[in-house]
Amino acid sequence: MGSGIIELRGLTKRYGTFLAVDRLDLSVNKGEVFGLLGPNGAGKSTTILMMLGLTEPSGGSVSVCGIDATSNPVEVKKRVGYLPDDVGFYEDYSGLDNLIYTARLNRISREEAESRALSLLKRVGLSDAASKKAGKYSRGMRQRLGLADVLIKNPEIIILDEPTLGIDPQGVREFLDLIVKLSREEQLTVLLSSHHLHQVQQVCDRVGIFVGGRLLAMGDIPTLSHQLFNKDSFALTVKVKPAAVTCTENEKQKLKAVISAVPGVTTIEFSGDTITIGCTSDAAADVSRAIVNAGFDLIYLNNKEFGLDEIYQRYFEAGGASGIRK
Amino acid sequence: MKSINAILKQEVRVEYASKHTARPHPFWVMVQKEVGDHVRSWRFLILLFLILLTCIGSLYTSISNLPKSVNQNDPQNAFLFLKLFTLSDGSLPPFHVFIGFLGPLLGIALGFDAVNSEQNRGTLSRITSQPIHRDYLINAKFTGSLIVISTLFFALGFLVMGLGLIITGIPPTAEEFLRIIFFLALSVLYVAFWLNMSILFSIRFKQAATSALTSIAVWLFFTIFYQIIISLVAKLTMPGQGASEAEVVNYQHFILGLLRLVPSQLFSDATTTLLMPAVRSLGPLTMEQVYGAIPSPLPLGQSLLLVWPQLTGLIASTILCFAFSYFSFMKKEIRSR
Repeated sequence: MGSGIIELRGLTKRYGTFLAVDRLDLSVNKGEVFGLLGPNGAGKSTTILMMLGLTEPSGGSVSVCGIDATSNPVEVKKRVGYLPDDVGFYEDYSGLDNLIYTARLNRISREEAESRALSLLKRVGLSDAASKKAGKYSRGMRQRLGLADVLIKNPEIIILDEPTLGIDPQGVREFLDLIVKLSREEQLTVLLSSHHLHQVQQVCDRVGIFVGGRLLAMGDIPTLSHQLFNKDSFALTVKVKPAAVTCTENEKQKLKAVISAVPGVTTIEFSGDTITIGCTSDAAADVSRAIVNAGFDLIYLNNKEFGLDEIYQRYFEAGGASGIRK
Repeated sequence: MKSINAILKQEVRVEYASKHTARPHPFWVMVQKEVGDHVRSWRFLILLFLILLTCIGSLYTSISNLPKSVNQNDPQNAFLFLKLFTLSDGSLPPFHVFIGFLGPLLGIALGFDAVNSEQNRGTLSRITSQPIHRDYLINAKFTGSLIVISTLFFALGFLVMGLGLIITGIPPTAEEFLRIIFFLALSVLYVAFWLNMSILFSIRFKQAATSALTSIAVWLFFTIFYQIIISLVAKLTMPGQGASEAEVVNYQHFILGLLRLVPSQLFSDATTTLLMPAVRSLGPLTMEQVYGAIPSPLPLGQSLLLVWPQLTGLIASTILCFAFSYFSFMKKEIRSR
């Protein structure tokens, strides 16, 4: 048996003939921030709903905190806080009253609920708006109130579905920082879904890439890029003088020989005036030294680390063609 | 084994704690919220105003007509107090007819946006992700509205009784009082049917307006068009001049049976019997049956016996509606907005 706090095994969800989630295996460890990354309609929300027992899987099993979410959703929901995308509140209730209501649904007494709600509102920076009606909250405030709402039951896991949707960049950064800070302080496991690569990249310990109902890859970002670009997980772009376009064939050959002599370099590609070098390890220092020693002037060197953007991109190229329908 | 014992003990302790500190069961927290929301809503206040107005209006007409209606040979004279609820000079319908008319509106108004408004506000997925069973939500909606309706009707009934008592000075007998209580309970049941139906539509339709319109359409159909259709059917199937007695009786039963498919007919049958003790049968009576009968009012037990089928029918249709809504709500996949 896996040791993860969330364990999905062969999870499948079918809507008629449409396969929303296809034999998904996923394990999330305690205390980590896990990003579920994928385009709209990839089945992220459906997977989350199944984790909470809000919808029944067509096959496979979901275990959250060691409890089967399908047969015992109430026990799971005691331990898991869920922030749906585009969360709504009772608009004619104040933010504080909304939180107190949630707390009381979790069997917290009124007095305790009130003190807990007030301290949480302070933590998410909504103290001033505590008695303002939730209908008058801005999008960002609503999202922060949602976070407080999730935390009021003292969960072990929080699941956030597209938490940054529709907030301005400044707000996104603050919100994500808040999530990370809280999760570190409270030892929370965080699962967040998003289609924003950069945001996920900033905060997640590990990510899973989810396309067409299948998990295509999983791991931290270096591992992922290694998995994907296994031959050349590092790439350097180099410009030299005399420029690669104008130099003689002789010089080109020399340059090629010099660079390929550097240990770790696997591919060299001339395109226009730039040279792209693929290598298995970070060889930037060696390559630059070799170029300079060979008598060329190095005018530009960029160590290109594969971000999620590239990973994502590459998956879509592959995913669209073969990755999904394997 | 030890661990099971420990868990059991813990459970007991939790149970104990929840009973002995202010930690009500989530279901009652939800009911409380529903009741609070209804009472504070404009919709309810407007309906309350309407119903209060009709109450006072019908009370006024019945009291002003009371002296004229006291007739020496009337078997209902013993039940003068009940006339507060049934008497009318034709300008304004009596109390029980008003309730029969406005009750459905009240039920529909309290239920038509029960589930879809939560869905549209995005609160449904948030609430169902709390550690509660899903049916709590719909049960709480129903219970909350039912509490509001019963409180309202009993308050109104007692208000009419009290005012009648003050104005006429005639105290109700114990039987009259019981009859009125049964009438009020019946009214609550009747409104509960419409409430359930509108909750059902609120689950089925995403837009609150659609569900409200559908509920009102059903209500209009049952109160107006159904009668028209029945009278058409009645004309078509009417037995000829030379029909035997059995044929005529069968025909009458057939038409009455058709009419009684409608909850409003059941309600008006039942209330008439309860509030007018002189009503001895809801179907056709032959001369032999009437011959020799003393024109006296029926005792309460007999009246209740007479309306028992109606009562059962109303309860059954209410439960049917609830079962449908329960089923479709439990099957529904709850997504955010």
